[in-house]
Amino acid sequence: MCRLLVAGLLLWSLAAAAEIPLAERRSGAAMMGPDLRAMQEDDSANPAGLWLLDGAALWSRRLGEAGQSCADCHGDVTTSMAGVAARYPVVDLAGGPPMDLEQRINLCRTTRQQAPALALESRDLLALTGLVARQSRGLAIAIDDGPAAQPFIAAGRALFLRRQGQLNLSCAQCHDDNWGRHLGGAVIPQGHPTGYPLYRLEWQGLGSLQRRLRNCMTGMRAEPYAYGSAEAVLLELYLRWRARGMPMDAPAVRP
Amino acid sequence: MARALINVPPTAKPGAIIEIKTLISHPMESGYRVGLNGQIIPRDIITTFVCTYNGEEIFRAELSPAIAANPFLSFFTRATVSGTIAFRWTGDNGFSVSESAEIVVE
Ligand code: HEC
Ligand code: HEC
Repeated sequence: MCRLLVAGLLLWSLAAAAEIPLAERRSGAAMMGPDLRAMQEDDSANPAGLWLLDGAALWSRRLGEAGQSCADCHGDVTTSMAGVAARYPVVDLAGGPPMDLEQRINLCRTTRQQAPALALESRDLLALTGLVARQSRGLAIAIDDGPAAQPFIAAGRALFLRRQGQLNLSCAQCHDDNWGRHLGGAVIPQGHPTGYPLYRLEWQGLGSLQRRLRNCMTGMRAEPYAYGSAEAVLLELYLRWRARGMPMDAPAVRP
Repeated sequence: MARALINVPPTAKPGAIIEIKTLISHPMESGYRVGLNGQIIPRDIITTFVCTYNGEEIFRAELSPAIAANPFLSFFTRATVSGTIAFRWTGDNGFSVSESAEIVVE
């Protein structure tokens, strides 16, 4: 009886961890001070611009067995990649696992250019991802949530709700239930990935969404998901779906 | 190759105050951090930044190890005549990068 009651209470508290209503969602940028927001919005002050220059050079560099550049096949990045990042991660229609933008770019590297994949979180991959993501600025995040994607989004959500680590916390406890409150010096954001890859002052560099997630997991004293692991991409997919319809502002700036 | 982003208004009225913004990629390694091998990571910073307007120095900055990576500098000057605004960053290990921008004053 007692056990049933406890189980009942647990279920109730899970249900209480309600999703943020769509209209109340806010990007992390809205919670930053005016200085950082100005830095993000000014192309000549946003340090991510340095990576965009690298990305543009890489875009037209011929390499690999195929001796072709991204530009050889895709042409002008501002037109061919407009809106692409807003759709990622995508679910393979053949039922395979979701693929994020970094993996998609690496797929072109290996199959089209026939060159070795770029290391995840390497400067070159971040530069290319940043360049592609930049072409979706201002566009609404549009994750395909059709039947093929549903089970993967649900799996990502389960990871988001799962308590883990020595602190026995879930992502949702901070980002659904306690956003807007302070954790040390930082305001807890809702955790919407509208701006990745982004320039984080603490990193003094550009970093991916997965790097951010690893930071949160370390904070929870949980073992961070490896770069490119199935869990990391599922979580990315869920977070992007959770932010559906919100405008992209990559590459953003964060403290 | 270090990347630099500079922002100078392409045109200005004579006597107008203009803002110049510069951003350069550089690790600004302070020389105080210890690497994974327990050894100090050697200092590697930009030490000097100079801006000239048609050859005449209008702004100079001495940078120190406490400055974050990818230094951003912005400053103001008065647009006097058309010409070239040139930038030069120099630092440890022979670091040297130059950039320039043209401005039309009329
Ligand atoms: C103990 C509270 C806490 C937990 C648990 C937590 N986070 Fe965070 N998270 C934060 C804080 C605080 C920040 C902002 C840090 C900063 O700005 O310095 C953040 C930032 C983020 C961001 C970046 C948002 C932006 O605007 O760029 C994302 C995405 C995110 N968290 C996702 C997650 C996920 C996924 C998990 C679970 C694996 C998780 N977090 C667990 C506190 C938490
Ligand atoms: C030999 C031609 C070729 C080269 C070189 C190439 N791609 Fe592709 N890329 C394609 C084709 C064809 C598709 C779409 C068909 C498919 O799914 O493979 C594609 C798809 C993509 C997509 C997904 C677009 C979407 O709408 O979802 C991205 C992103 C991408 N490429 C980025 C790159 C980048 C970055 C490079 C350079 C590192 C590159 N590609 C090099 C041919 C190429």
